[in-house]
Amino acid sequence: MLTALTAVAVLSGISLVGVYNYATPRIEVNVKAETRKAIANIFPDGADIKPVEGDEEMFSVKDKAGNLLGYAIIAEGNGYQGTIKMIAGVTADLKTMEGMEVLESQETPGLGAEIANKPFAGQFGGLQITHEIEYVKNQKPSQPYQVEAITGATISSRSVVNILNDSISKARKALEGK
Amino acid sequence: MIKDFTKGLWKENPIFVQVLGMCPTLAVTTKALFGLSMGLATTFVVVSSSVVISLIRKMVPAQVRIPMFTVIIATFVTAADYFLKANFYQISKALGPYVPLIVVNCIILGRAEAYASKNNVAKSFLDALGMGIGFTCALIILGSVRELLGGGSVFGYQIMWPGFTKWVIMILPAGAFLTLGLLVGLFNVINGKFEKQKQQAR
Repeated sequence: MLTALTAVAVLSGISLVGVYNYATPRIEVNVKAETRKAIANIFPDGADIKPVEGDEEMFSVKDKAGNLLGYAIIAEGNGYQGTIKMIAGVTADLKTMEGMEVLESQETPGLGAEIANKPFAGQFGGLQITHEIEYVKNQKPSQPYQVEAITGATISSRSVVNILNDSISKARKALEGK
Repeated sequence: MIKDFTKGLWKENPIFVQVLGMCPTLAVTTKALFGLSMGLATTFVVVSSSVVISLIRKMVPAQVRIPMFTVIIATFVTAADYFLKANFYQISKALGPYVPLIVVNCIILGRAEAYASKNNVAKSFLDALGMGIGFTCALIILGSVRELLGGGSVFGYQIMWPGFTKWVIMILPAGAFLTLGLLVGLFNVINGKFEKQKQQAR
């Protein structure tokens, strides 16, 4: 009885080691590729993407000629139903956003999950960040630092705005400290 | 022999007749593609674990059979999970925790306990394959209906006319229950018709 159970467990363990060794490097490649792809969407001219020294949450993006285009910040925080993970692209002078891409979210399909789609996410391109980002409901934004929340998904919209504000201010402190 | 295979497709369909494995059925069928991927992952697990369990069925002491089956099933589920993550990263992300949760899908332990532990390898293989395909088809039907009404497309192909108002409720949890209930009802109506025809034929 005990030997049978042990034998099954040992065999299962050994085969899983094989699977793990096969899959782990591929999974890492996938995760990295996804981040890179999101950054490339925000900075179409970006050619040289490197992590900022001493900060794993931030990447500097340079074009082919080596000019600094801006920074891509990994922004993570609580949404309506779990963690939302995004990439926020900001210009080198930290005054405007280049764009936003959602990497991971568990928001409600059809409602909160719309934060990843263009009608909402597209609003962040060119948004002013010298002022805190704000959201407005059921009306067109009147200020250059405002976005329109998704109808029926105010909490998800607010979470995105709060997470971005937090991450951008953290990034600003980190960059200005240098 | 052939009946071992076909019974899972219709007569003992895991979803519409046995009403087993409801957790993934309700949770991941927001899109037809997710239904298909979940179905295939489950089919892989149920077929491989049934074959292995059938192979070792004479060596398994009755007292510890459930833990042994569970370990075998969990091994295949973990393998399937890593495989999806490594090769179909987007799908794996969309299915989220429901891939590891195949471990507790009662269809799999059910087939192991009720069939594979008592029958030879060939029969167990066909039985598991039939159940897996029956499960996959049911998930695709559910996913297609929900995606069509809730998003206007099936497998990502736009089907509804432009300007179609999406029934958001269909991709919310409530839509899963509504669709499943109506489909089980439809299934029973069709079965009832068949039975009547059979009786009249006699």
